[in-house]
Amino acid sequence: MIRALHPVKPKLVVIGNGMAGARLLEDVLALDSELFDITVFGDEPYGNYNRILLSNVLNGSQDAKEIFLNSLEWYKENDITLHAGQRVTKVDREAKTVHAGELTVPYDYLVFATGSKPFVPPVPGTSLHGVFVFRTLDDCRNIANYAKGCKNAVVIGGGLLGLEAAKGLMTHNVGVTVIEMAPWLMSVQLDEAGGKVLGQTIEKMGITAKTGASTKEFIGHTQVTGVRFADGSEIPADMVVVSAGIRPNTDLAKESGLKCDRALVVDDQLRTNDPAVFGVGECVQHNGMIYGLVAPLWEQTKVLAKVLTGVDTVAAYTGSKIATKLKVMGVELASMGRISDLQSTDEVVQFSEPSRRVYWKAIIRDGKVNAACLLGDLGPADDLMRMFHAGTSAPERRLELFFSANTEKKETSLADLPDSHQICDCNGVCKGTIVKAINAGKCTLPAVGKATRAGTGCGSCKKLIKGLIEAVAGGVKADPSEGWYVPAVPMDKPTLVFEVKARGLKSVSAVLAELGTSEDEKSKAGLASMLKGLWGSEYIDERDARFVNDRVHANIQKDGTFSVVPRAYGGVTTADELIRIGEVAKKYNVPMVKYTGGQRIDLLGIKKEDLPGVWRDLGMPSGYAYTKALRTVKTCVGSEFCRYGTNDSTSLGIALEKRYQGFEFPAKVKLGVSGCPRNCAESTVKDVGVVATEGGEWEVSIGGAAGAHVRKSDVLCRVKTQAEAIKVIGRFLIYYRDNAKWLERTYDFVPRIGLEAIRSIIVEDSLGIGGDLDYEVEKTAAAYVDPWLERDYPVYAGQFDDARRISLPVLT
Amino acid sequence: MSQTIAPPPRFTTICEMHELPIGLGRSFRIGEQSVAVFRTRTGKVFAVANECPHKGGPLADGMLAGEQVVCPLHTFRFDSTSGECDQPGVCAVATFPVEVVDGFVRIGITA
Ligand SMILES: Cc1cc2nc3c(=O)[nH]c(=O)nc-3n(C[C@H](O)[C@H](O)[C@H](O)COP(=O)(O)OP(=O)(O)OC[C@H]3O[C@@H](n4cnc5c(N)ncnc54)[C@H](O)[C@@H]3O)c2cc1C
Ligand code: HEM
Ligand code: SF4
Ligand code: FES
Repeated sequence: MIRALHPVKPKLVVIGNGMAGARLLEDVLALDSELFDITVFGDEPYGNYNRILLSNVLNGSQDAKEIFLNSLEWYKENDITLHAGQRVTKVDREAKTVHAGELTVPYDYLVFATGSKPFVPPVPGTSLHGVFVFRTLDDCRNIANYAKGCKNAVVIGGGLLGLEAAKGLMTHNVGVTVIEMAPWLMSVQLDEAGGKVLGQTIEKMGITAKTGASTKEFIGHTQVTGVRFADGSEIPADMVVVSAGIRPNTDLAKESGLKCDRALVVDDQLRTNDPAVFGVGECVQHNGMIYGLVAPLWEQTKVLAKVLTGVDTVAAYTGSKIATKLKVMGVELASMGRISDLQSTDEVVQFSEPSRRVYWKAIIRDGKVNAACLLGDLGPADDLMRMFHAGTSAPERRLELFFSANTEKKETSLADLPDSHQICDCNGVCKGTIVKAINAGKCTLPAVGKATRAGTGCGSCKKLIKGLIEAVAGGVKADPSEGWYVPAVPMDKPTLVFEVKARGLKSVSAVLAELGTSEDEKSKAGLASMLKGLWGSEYIDERDARFVNDRVHANIQKDGTFSVVPRAYGGVTTADELIRIGEVAKKYNVPMVKYTGGQRIDLLGIKKEDLPGVWRDLGMPSGYAYTKALRTVKTCVGSEFCRYGTNDSTSLGIALEKRYQGFEFPAKVKLGVSGCPRNCAESTVKDVGVVATEGGEWEVSIGGAAGAHVRKSDVLCRVKTQAEAIKVIGRFLIYYRDNAKWLERTYDFVPRIGLEAIRSIIVEDSLGIGGDLDYEVEKTAAAYVDPWLERDYPVYAGQFDDARRISLPVLT
Repeated sequence: MSQTIAPPPRFTTICEMHELPIGLGRSFRIGEQSVAVFRTRTGKVFAVANECPHKGGPLADGMLAGEQVVCPLHTFRFDSTSGECDQPGVCAVATFPVEVVDGFVRIGITA
């Protein structure tokens, strides 16, 4: 038969470009990439992203870019027409067309994948400013932005999503109260006892939970100011996130005359009552069930892809058993079946350990695990889930449900799992698929993730994947790019340093030209820092390799103005200095004058063109508050004035700051010195901390932090004199500078290298490099020049200039 | 739908080439329009609106990643030719034609 040159392909149209819609396309393409002419409509103006990671975006642990599954390019590459930001408003089933705005698109097969929308209870005040729902990337951005000005946030709904939202809000420094109508939290997944345990855990984290409370009204004129309850009580709130459940998006399906109950009704082939129209995801109801988690969607899209492509027209979806592992606010939770569904003949096996906030419960029906919840410790979760999915009999001694009789069996169980066993529930990836990827050489977590997506969802299966890599490939190989100093040069730091020295590369552009594979801003800044340390005064300083902060020696603010933090050695100042700072603040109309947490004064909101004048009038050196360098040395008063002090902490602090000012590092470095073990300068949460002992010695510790990441520093050594302290700290700082990865703070560096190893190199000089380190300190200290002196000698055209005004010629 | 034909841009001299720092940007206000003008290490000069479509960041203060500008506020990237953003869902930034004549940099602004 002669095939037509341009056969007319059947047209597949998908409404909804969320997790189910996009996954369906992937499944269809995998079975037959040529079959259909595909068009997708998505209400959201993006490609497809992983909705379940929005919680991470809200709490800042992931960037919005990292959660995209299918970029706009992906659609182009696969010849799929994506109408992003286009809402389908009408389906004409007679004419077989869908309509979105001006657009009319014909279809042969139509799929509804419209997902759900948040349910907002019908109470007054839901349209006030500051009332949000939590469903989309835009919601996430809006919540995060609004939270900046807020003190009290209220989350309506104590389910999974509400708690995720609460946790996200916590990271934005607002007080959070969670309101739940049921008598306990997560009433769907947990029973009362479990809910109470969870309640205690989250209260410990600083979140207030108010259960058994029914919201009556959001109060406020234009902005929300509080929440009122049915019992008349009120709490203040300057923002509210409503997370009171979801409702399937069925309006369009209903208007098109499709059969809907609580959701769009589909059969085992995911077909609606119109044979050309199908449905998948949260918007459908199958066998009376609506699913609100992703795992069932993967099963649905697989079946539908087979049906649509004709690979298996009688493939059947028979419903999903719901078992999930979740991480709620850092609390591990596994839930399978419906714990609230208890019959009189059921057996209940329960274990709790209140001090560790562990709670396990399983419901046995007909000798099999019918439902279970585990909270706080997921030890037995994998075994229970296997029993639950496979429907095998529960152990005779019910105790062994939780406490397996032979622990050895656990070790081997990973290898024994059938290939069809699902490892990653978030993305529906089975063991067999992962093993195939590992055998194809993907021996790192990111590589497996890239090849199969396993582990890229909530991350709770990463341990299992690691185990598989170990079992199959005999060990997890480090991802090579993980070791690179910067992304644009595929080399670890020692190799890079060697090459740079061997080839005499003294500028960033030279390194990129000879060794680089691309050019990006992060790599340029990282290389600049490294080369400066390496070549000292021979370094060829190219200003385009610096971030704006490092070009104008001030910290850019959200409105494009800058902040100026002059150095106050050891946090000590004088009356004259304070007067000068005050006068500068007046002269330049500085909108905010603030003490920093680093014991110095910050002048915020200064225009770029005013920077040279401000610095000149201050007559103080730069505090390097804008860059990867020594920031502050925080000190306590110490023995000079304090009743308890055993050592002179201020003078050591000042000496340290004078010695190490201007030293640049892979990340910022903060020091602290305290005059006695009371440690008022909080020195044990600094990159380098020094605390005087009762005996009058100095205890030096390293690798501390107290920001988003909190780590108590590790004690490196004790020394008797200030001079010794200064010396050993210098050695550590240079060692860190030369061996850390770009942007690696000491709190990651110290554990990575190991305290023992560092101590032997720095204190015992086991490598014999002590003299070299001391020399580097000398050299770097000698090279220090206050960058603010550039006020009189701008280094490049327009460094401190405002926009140059050009008038347009008058049009004739 | 009838197509409206945009008037051709009018080129205005804004500075000499050496007044543009190498590998960096500089801001200009041409009439009412804020423009960020960049000169790459390979010698290309290009111009975009000096206001990030995301949150209004001053793009002239950004760094270059090849022929893309990286906004200094949240590191969204914009292509020097098309103005397109690397972030899904963010509008492209306006770009302006540039010509260099006898060492003078001229920008085309449609007034
Ligand atoms: C913050 C958050 C965290 C979550 N965490 C988890 C988790 O840890 N584990 C888990 O299993 N599940 C989790 N879920 C649930 C999971 O995200 C959903 O089950 C899944 O996204 C449902 O996929 P879907 O494709 O059916 O719907 P969606 O992903 O919502 O996609 C539907 C899409 O269709 C679009 N659309 C709707 N109507 C139209 C129209 N008329 N025209 C054009 N487009 C339209 C919508 O804009 C939307 O983009 C979470 C959900 C949220 C919001
Ligand atoms: C890009 C991100 C960041 C910027 C722009 C920034 C900026 C600043 C500035 C300008 C100061 C005052 C500086 C000074 O006096 O030296 C400061 C202080 C501080 N920052 Fe950050 N910071 C950032 C990230 C972080 C992170 C991730 C942490 C925690 C790990 C942190 C913890 C602190 C602490 C504890 C202080 C008080 C000490 C001090 O004043 O120096 N910051 N930050
Ligand atoms: S750490 Fe000791 S010396 Fe320093 S202020 Fe506190 S009590 Fe006084
Ligand atoms: S303002 Fe430019 S990236 Fe946010």
